[in-house]
Amino acid sequence: MKYTRFALSLITIGLLAACSSSPKTDGQAGAAVEDRSSAAASGVDANRVVPVDANSGGLASYPELKDPKSILSKRSVLFDYDSYVIKDQYRALVEAHAKFLTSHPNVKMLIQGNTDERGSREYNLALGQKRADAVKKALSLLGVSEGQLESVSLGEEKPSCSEASESCWSANRRGDMLYSGEF
Amino acid sequence: MTLRIPTFLRATLAACTLALASSAQAQLSIEITGAGANRMPVAIAAFEGESALPRAVTDVVRADLERSGIFKIIELGPSPMGAEAPPDFGRIRSRGADAFAVGTVAPASAGRHQVQFRLFDAAKQVSLGSQAMVMSPNQYRTTGHRIADYIYEKLTGEPGVFSTRIAYVLKSGSRYELQIADADGSNAQTALASKEPIISPAWSPDGTRLAYVSFEAKKPVVYVHSLATGQRNVAANFKGSNSAPAWSPDGRRLAVVLTKDGQSQIYTVNADGSGVQRLASSAGIDTEPSWSTDGWIYFTSDRGGSPQIYRVPGSGGDAQRVSFEGGYNVSPRPSPDGKSLVYVSRNSGRFQVTLLDLASRQTQILTDSSKDESPSFAPNGRMVLYATEMGGRGVLAAVSSDGRVKQRLSVQSGDVREPAWGPQPRN
Repeated sequence: MKYTRFALSLITIGLLAACSSSPKTDGQAGAAVEDRSSAAASGVDANRVVPVDANSGGLASYPELKDPKSILSKRSVLFDYDSYVIKDQYRALVEAHAKFLTSHPNVKMLIQGNTDERGSREYNLALGQKRADAVKKALSLLGVSEGQLESVSLGEEKPSCSEASESCWSANRRGDMLYSGEF
Repeated sequence: MTLRIPTFLRATLAACTLALASSAQAQLSIEITGAGANRMPVAIAAFEGESALPRAVTDVVRADLERSGIFKIIELGPSPMGAEAPPDFGRIRSRGADAFAVGTVAPASAGRHQVQFRLFDAAKQVSLGSQAMVMSPNQYRTTGHRIADYIYEKLTGEPGVFSTRIAYVLKSGSRYELQIADADGSNAQTALASKEPIISPAWSPDGTRLAYVSFEAKKPVVYVHSLATGQRNVAANFKGSNSAPAWSPDGRRLAVVLTKDGQSQIYTVNADGSGVQRLASSAGIDTEPSWSTDGWIYFTSDRGGSPQIYRVPGSGGDAQRVSFEGGYNVSPRPSPDGKSLVYVSRNSGRFQVTLLDLASRQTQILTDSSKDESPSFAPNGRMVLYATEMGGRGVLAAVSSDGRVKQRLSVQSGDVREPAWGPQPRN
């Protein structure tokens, strides 16, 4: 038993080492990694093997996130022009995701902010960050732990619609919520 | 040559190799759309013996000088003129040339060739100088650029930029390639290929490395990439977004924009990712830092309510507002001598490259397009390279800092964007 636990911690060290293969940087991290070390450390059943599907990233265990009938399958919050305020129509959506995250503290979320194509790419990246931060702040206020959330920006680089028209631009002023395994 | 290549990079490198094989169809072609008012007439005679090369070096020289918009090429016909024979000044003067070059290409050891050329003032009938260099036959382009640089400098008193390189991003379908090409758009090579966007390439001052933002990790991360080896390292991957890298003049540090502590703010970090420090603090967005050779960091900030250009000492300190006209001024780049600034301003809904003289505070809109982005100066400060849109496609364009000379670089298919003019090569 002790032996197995030792082996497991070796594996953990190995995994950590693999994660830090990029150059040493102060407090820097790669994209969020799901934390499985607590299961190994508590050692409830050291012989238990938890299957992980690299493709689904563990999402398979939460079918409600993909069920079109569930509000949790909706992931986008649209914003008005030059606005970073979450409109009332998205309140129920944000609350549903907050509830899911608070009841699944091991699950992490990446919030990607987006803008329309007009203007500087880097300035738009900063504006997209404000949209992602607005969603993150709303989730935090609803009790989601800071460690579960990361807000980033894709600026104007990943438009969901690529015509130069107002209807298209409004579709691109967007915050998207992605769960571990989806990014 | 043995390189230790991390596994996660091997796939990328393989993709790059494939891209190299197919880069011919993505060649940038250049079109001159405006020239200076008083162009100096110059003649470049065919060099004696250059027919032994795959292509005549003088073709490259003439194309370079013509493209600069400063010279008007006078044709002398196909008969070559050697570097040693006494030139027929009267005949060349009668064609209207103020200056002309003659030269000789002769076989040297190991399959190489020696090129010798001489530049003359046709009116005063005196030699302005000569140079000799050794080349292998497939270096006719590089050699031509170097001869053009020599002639340009002798006749204008400023260094030429024909031997410099440019970096840009080519988007074709859902594929992004960070490419490096000669300043005339030829010889394009892919440094990085990705399915995710790449933006904001920035040349290290010595021209060996590029810093850029890649979204391959589904979020913006800043990398530093050595062009000769393909090796790269993460320079900034903090929680949140990491973007807008700019090199310090000594090439040791990068200014970057991070959101790890909240809104987009400017930090400095060593090129290997260590030693992060906050540079400035504001209640708004601070982004697009650019270091000037005289030690300022120019940047975009909306701290005053609209995006405007500010500057702060590279060592930190109080910020000063630099742009005052209009409600949208972004993407500042100081000129190599630190005396002027180019940026993109919004004028009645059009985004245009604008030049600001820092001493007189005079501004001049340099372009007549409407979707300009990402301006950067040539290392001699004469031209500004930027991205714009033409017929719904992304193209690169260059304009002289007086707004007269205009060029356009485009590819047959795909969007070209995010240009950055590289430094003078160090020989």
